[in-house]
Formats: sequence, C-alpha cells, structure tokens
Amino acid sequence: MSRRTIAAHAALIAYTAVALLPVLFIVMNSLKSRRAIFATPLALPGPGTFDLVGYTTVLASGGFGTYFTNSLIVTLLSLAGILAFGSMAAFALAEYRFRLNTLTGLYLMLGIMIPIRLGTVGILELMVGSHLVNTLTALILVYIASGLPIAVFVLTEFMRTISDDLKNAGRVDGLSEYEIFYWLALPLVRPALSTVAVFTMIPIWNDLWFPLILAPGDSTRTVTLGAQQFIGQYVTNWNAVLAALSLSILPVVVLYLLFSKNLIRGITAGAVK
Amino acid sequence: MTPASPAGRAARPARPHIIVFLAPAILVYTAVMIVPLFETLRLSVFRSVANADTFVGWANFGALFFDDRWSHGFWNALRNNVIFFCIQMVQNPIGIGLAALLALPRLRGSAFYRTAIFMPTLLSFVIVGFGWKLILSPLWGVAPSLLGAVGLKFLFAPYLGRENSALITLGLISVWQYVGVPMMLCYAALISIPDELIDAAEIDGIVGIEQFFKIKLPLIWPTVGMISILTFVGNFNAFDLIYVTQGALAGPNYSTDILGTLLYRTFFGYQLQLGDPNMGATVATMMFLIILAGVCIYLFAVQRRLSRYQF
Repeated sequence: MSRRTIAAHAALIAYTAVALLPVLFIVMNSLKSRRAIFATPLALPGPGTFDLVGYTTVLASGGFGTYFTNSLIVTLLSLAGILAFGSMAAFALAEYRFRLNTLTGLYLMLGIMIPIRLGTVGILELMVGSHLVNTLTALILVYIASGLPIAVFVLTEFMRTISDDLKNAGRVDGLSEYEIFYWLALPLVRPALSTVAVFTMIPIWNDLWFPLILAPGDSTRTVTLGAQQFIGQYVTNWNAVLAALSLSILPVVVLYLLFSKNLIRGITAGAVK
Repeated sequence: MTPASPAGRAARPARPHIIVFLAPAILVYTAVMIVPLFETLRLSVFRSVANADTFVGWANFGALFFDDRWSHGFWNALRNNVIFFCIQMVQNPIGIGLAALLALPRLRGSAFYRTAIFMPTLLSFVIVGFGWKLILSPLWGVAPSLLGAVGLKFLFAPYLGRENSALITLGLISVWQYVGVPMMLCYAALISIPDELIDAAEIDGIVGIEQFFKIKLPLIWPTVGMISILTFVGNFNAFDLIYVTQGALAGPNYSTDILGTLLYRTFFGYQLQLGDPNMGATVATMMFLIILAGVCIYLFAVQRRLSRYQF
C-alpha cells in the first residue's frame, strides 16, 4: 500500500470511530451493573460487571410493548398510504396529458420545501374539530400528507421511464387504465417504491413533535415519545436509561443493516439524477 | 409537460380515471397540510377576544418584534437559529473530505466505511440527544476519561450546561448525526465524474490535491448547494434535539432556544404562562417567511451562479 492509501485509511478509520463509539458506549454500558457503569465506563462488560438490571426495569415498567406496537402501526399504515396514493398520483402525472397537469404536479411537490410542522396550529385545530386527538389516525393522516410530496416527485420521474409501447399493448389487449397501473406500471417501479419506503419510514419512526402534540396519551404513545418520557422519569436510574436507549437503537440498526444496500443505492442514484 | 392540444382534448372521451388516480393524494395533502398551513397564516393576523376572532392586522407581528414580553424571546431564538445553522454548515467540509477519500480509486472497505459513517443519521433525536447528554455528563466518566487517554483532560467541561457553549455543542452533535448526508451525496457526485475528464487533467499534469480542488470540487458545488438548502429547511426541525437535551425551556437560561422551541412554548404555554394560538401562529408564520426567503435567495441568487456540467 502506498503512503497515500494508508493515510486515507487512517482518516476514515478515525472518523468511523467518531461515528460509532458513542453508540457503542451506550449499548456496552447498558449491559453492566450500576457500579461498573461509573467505575469503568470504557471497559467491555465482563463476568464481574455483566448485569441486565436496566433491561428488567424497562420491561417491568410496561408500556414499551404498547409503544412499539403503536409505532409499528403508525409507520406501516402511513407508508402504505404514501406509497398507494403517491404512486397513483405519480402515474396520472406521468401518463396523461391534461390541463393543469404541470400545476397539479407543482402543487403536490410544494411540500418538499415547506416543513409540515409550520402548520401545527392549524393541524391541531383540525384534529380537535374532528375528534381525532389522541388517536393513531391523526398521526397517520399527518405523516401521509407530509410524505406525499417527495414520494410523488421521485415516483413521477420513474413512471416517466416506462415504455409507452408496453402500456399501449396492454390497452390493445383490453386492459383498463386501472389494470395497466396495477399490473404493468407498479411492478416496473418496485425499486423506486422500496427506496421511497425506506426514506419516508425513518423520519416517521423517529418523529417526536407530532406524537407529543397530537397523541401524547399513554395508549397512543409511539416508541420515540415513550422513550423520551421514560428517560425523563428515570433520569437518575442510569441502568434503565441506558437500557431504554439501547432498546430504541436496536430496531433501527437491524433494519438499517438489512436495507443499507437499497438505501445507499437509492441515495446515490437519486443524486446522480 | 405540455397540455394537450385543444383538438386532442375534444377528440378524447371524458377520463374519470385521472381524477380517481389523483383524488386521494390531493385530498389528504390539501386537507392535512395546505389548509392547516393557511389557517396558521390566517390566525397570525387575528386575535381571539371573548371567543371571537378579531382581525388585528400586523399587531401580532408588532408585538413579536417590539413588545418586551415577546421580542426578547423572538430575537434571541432567531439569533440562535442562525448560529445553529452556521455550525451545521461544518458538516459540508467534513462530508466533502470523507467523500473524497471514499472516492479514491481502488480503496478497499469503502462500502464498510460508508455504512458505518451513515448509521447515526438514522437514529432519532431522542437517542442521539440523550446519548450525548450522558456521554458529556460530568457525572459519568466517559468524556473525561476519553480525553484523558489522549492527554487532553483539561479540555473537559460540562459543555451542555454552560450558557456560552451549549448551543455550539448541540450544533456539533447535529453535525455528528448528519454528516452522512453530505458524505453520501458528494460521494455519488464524485464517482459520476467521467474518467475522460480526469484523464485529461492528468495529461495536463494536474494530479493529487490540486486535481481535487481545481477539477472535482467545482463539479460538485451544485450538490453542496442543494445539501445546504435542505439543511436550512431542516434546521427548523431541530426542535426535537433541543427539547430532548435541554427541555422546552431550552436552557441554560434560553441560550439554546431556537424558533422551534419558541413556537412550542408560545403555542402550548409552559409553567405559569398560558398557551396562545395566535402568537404561536405568528411565530410559525415568521418561520414560514424566513424559509421562503431562504429558498428564493438560493433559487435565484445562488443556484444560477453555480455552473452545471452535463456529461
């Protein structure tokens, strides 16, 4: 190896350590006894210091099962809504020529530049008016609305690349426009759908603002809000706090490792465009 | 996309399927995002008196800018927001540097480094905020012992607890979390530079560091510009990080208060102060106008000057 390559590796390893060590310290110390957390914070958990007391406290306090289910329901249903409505709208915008096509597209994509949180005052008013406060429905509606702009934007680009001959062949064979969308267009944009899914899923799962404002009740809390409140309550119980943090990191890391190839390919492909 | 010609339209039958395809997206988006946004803008010029909305013109904005009860908080939050954004911009040089290293030809383990460095980006602010709060806590020995290991223990201070360092620390935590985004996008831009261009530079004797600054960097400026404007818009979401680490009061002594936390306190109230939807809407409207101004400046002033190259 040349000296330049060695220097490059040294710099990259150093930064990788900066990125990963904080997470590692938290997970590592969550597996230790209280005394060891403070006495030897940098040591790996060993036979004398291994202790699961943090995890038993978290699991005994209950709630986390419910929070986890809530997060899962909200994320999956929002994702389903974004992908279904987004791909339908994208298909219409890419496929048909009609008056107001460009304007409709611009209108739907406006939301990419405007954070939905700025409308919070109005959203809360709307949810109070329709008795949706403290329901998961409120969160799902908000996340679908906030995820649609970027989904429509990305999917329209991909829908435009589907060959007209294929669709016209379908029409000659007597397929309706709905069947063409479902049987011909959707399967062809599946890679784009999975990219959009991964992109929109992360901010929904991690959001704190809307759960805090629209659904703070105990039965509708999401995992992000639940962890925040739990940690706030147990702030002096370091074992419990570290265990709660580790438990919230775990699902994200597992998902990331499963999908990282897709995600990274999606980011780079989008950028090259 | 051009609209259909009048003749084409007349020849075609009605096409209800277009409406069916567009309706769900437009309905949800309009009802949950656009209408509440306009409702928020509307509320900012009204005041609720005896349960009835009264039009007050610019009075709410006047109060926000000049009335002592609001103006201190507002200007303080705005200044902090600007500082926070400037610190976040540190992510660009770091990200570009990492991307340049990753894009070196025949570098082994590039995929591993990319995956690892991007990981913190996926964690929620709750995890990131509390995690760093614990690590930087003077009660726990992680930060002091780490600094001690490299002989820099004297540098340690309770960064998040001090008025003059808390905001900078939070900005750097945010950089730590999001550096993966500029790294990834710049990496993608760098590897899409065609080989002929690099070969031509090498023939002209431009190699190494000089090649990076003279050839590659100018080619990725548009990407950096896009990342910066996305960071600017996303900046207003930094509420989560500050709420988690410093609470709704954005302590110590409001030194980490940004427009997001100010909006939350104004709208919902805190401690003895009651929430005020109209003033909340006014703060949100100001944020809206600032974002709009930022995006316009970018589109009309910055983006036009960046040369784009088609390969």
